[in-house]
Amino acid sequence: MGKIRDLDGALAVIGDGTKLAIPFDYAGVAMEATRALIRRGVKRLHLVTLPASSLQAELLIGAGAVETIETSAVGFGELGSAPRFTAAVLGGKVRLKDATCPAIHSALRAAEMGNPFGALRGIIGSDILRQRPDWRVIDNPFGENDPIVLLPAIRPDVALFHAPLADRKGNIWVGRRRDLFTLAHASARCVATVEALHDGDLLADEVMAAATIPAFYIEAVALAPRGAWPLKMGDLYAEDTQHLLDYIALAQTEEGFRRYLDDHVFRRRAA
Amino acid sequence: MSAAETIKPEEVLIEVVRRLIAGARHIAVGANSPIPAAAAFLAQRLDPESPNVSLQQSPEHNLWTDGGRELFDSAGQGRIDVFFFSGAQIDGAGNINLNVIGDYAHPKARFPGAYGSAYLYFMVPRIILFRLEHSRRTLVEKVDFISAPGTSPPNIFRRGGPIALVTPLCHFSFDKARARFRLESVHPGHSVEEVLDQTGFAFDRPEHVPATPPPPAEVLPLLRGPVATELAAIYPKFAERIFGIPVGAAGA
Repeated sequence: MGKIRDLDGALAVIGDGTKLAIPFDYAGVAMEATRALIRRGVKRLHLVTLPASSLQAELLIGAGAVETIETSAVGFGELGSAPRFTAAVLGGKVRLKDATCPAIHSALRAAEMGNPFGALRGIIGSDILRQRPDWRVIDNPFGENDPIVLLPAIRPDVALFHAPLADRKGNIWVGRRRDLFTLAHASARCVATVEALHDGDLLADEVMAAATIPAFYIEAVALAPRGAWPLKMGDLYAEDTQHLLDYIALAQTEEGFRRYLDDHVFRRRAA
Repeated sequence: MSAAETIKPEEVLIEVVRRLIAGARHIAVGANSPIPAAAAFLAQRLDPESPNVSLQQSPEHNLWTDGGRELFDSAGQGRIDVFFFSGAQIDGAGNINLNVIGDYAHPKARFPGAYGSAYLYFMVPRIILFRLEHSRRTLVEKVDFISAPGTSPPNIFRRGGPIALVTPLCHFSFDKARARFRLESVHPGHSVEEVLDQTGFAFDRPEHVPATPPPPAEVLPLLRGPVATELAAIYPKFAERIFGIPVGAAGA
């Protein structure tokens, strides 16, 4: 079977309880796929955000699809906080593993290398360390009286992201969005949605190949034009700021959030 | 109406930050930082050696080619000179809180999260704190949760930390050795008494506290013209509110 599937077919490897790694807005977020996962009613996801998330984690949490989230932040930047994430944390509805951006990079990089842990400066003296019994402080074995933090490798079951281009073999061109390489390398399997399909072999061209994730990391690819909407997609399209502002206003209440899901995810809008 | 009256408070803050970042060679700006971004764009246009400015969320101002981790890797090597943070709470010892109010297990309020603060606060020589709400609620004696500590014991590897705190009322500098803020200047239209009244932590101050200088005449047209336009593409809401550029005018 080829790697190019329809959207639901490509998402079949993401099941209840999957440890799912997702990128931040600047790298290409698979929003159309996220709406499909919510429609399917996926449950108990363990989200790992590289290193933060906005609408994707927010919708999945609001829809009750997330049991655990490991993240350094969930929010909409200058547009505002993420209302369903905030409500879920305050209400104890989601297990939150607070992190800091480079810690998630380091833990995923350790998985890329097949190492059991990564090491990172900083953090000591932060209360985040106090809330993370899985992080350890050791004395640098090559130094003297030099404490440093160790982080266990994060090996997600599946990485999910949106990229500009795939060829029919399943090679994915990501440009300079190198976080997607980290996600694909670190995760056991990888599913991508793409803006367009490329006729020819992306690895045959030296310029394209340098920014291409080889198909052997990739489980399945689905075509999803404007698949990051309402988030931005590199230099292809900007975020739909007004849509996000409207979302934030609506999602202040559970009822408003359900209305948003009906309109934009389940598409049950009354005629 | 005099020129001083038409200068917006945010423009005074941008000017303070502009002076604090003088001479830096690489200024990195994270998410949600329109005032630092404006100051960095000004520095780029005014400094003859035009510093590098990296904005995580802007492709046009993005010098990175190795993903989000490159900022942290660069900072870890000492390649980044300036970074900016805010905090739901900032305390008198320079600790910042970006996570929760109240008990961590049962918080009263929750914020997005620490982002890169627990690392960059250690690694970047000049961290500038800014907080647009100057009150006893935000500037507290002790934060409820330390996302990133203001100072560290001598055996902890640390090449940087906070150097200043900029608010709508004033500019504090930070004394690392004493782990205390010092009032450097009070912005036009505000007083030392107001600062004392609205600040929840104790701080040092000289006998005579100077007024914060507004942007000089040669800087203002640059700020309101090309820098405002540059900013609107990244911070549409801010650019609309401060410079009157309608949201959407900057295009996709």
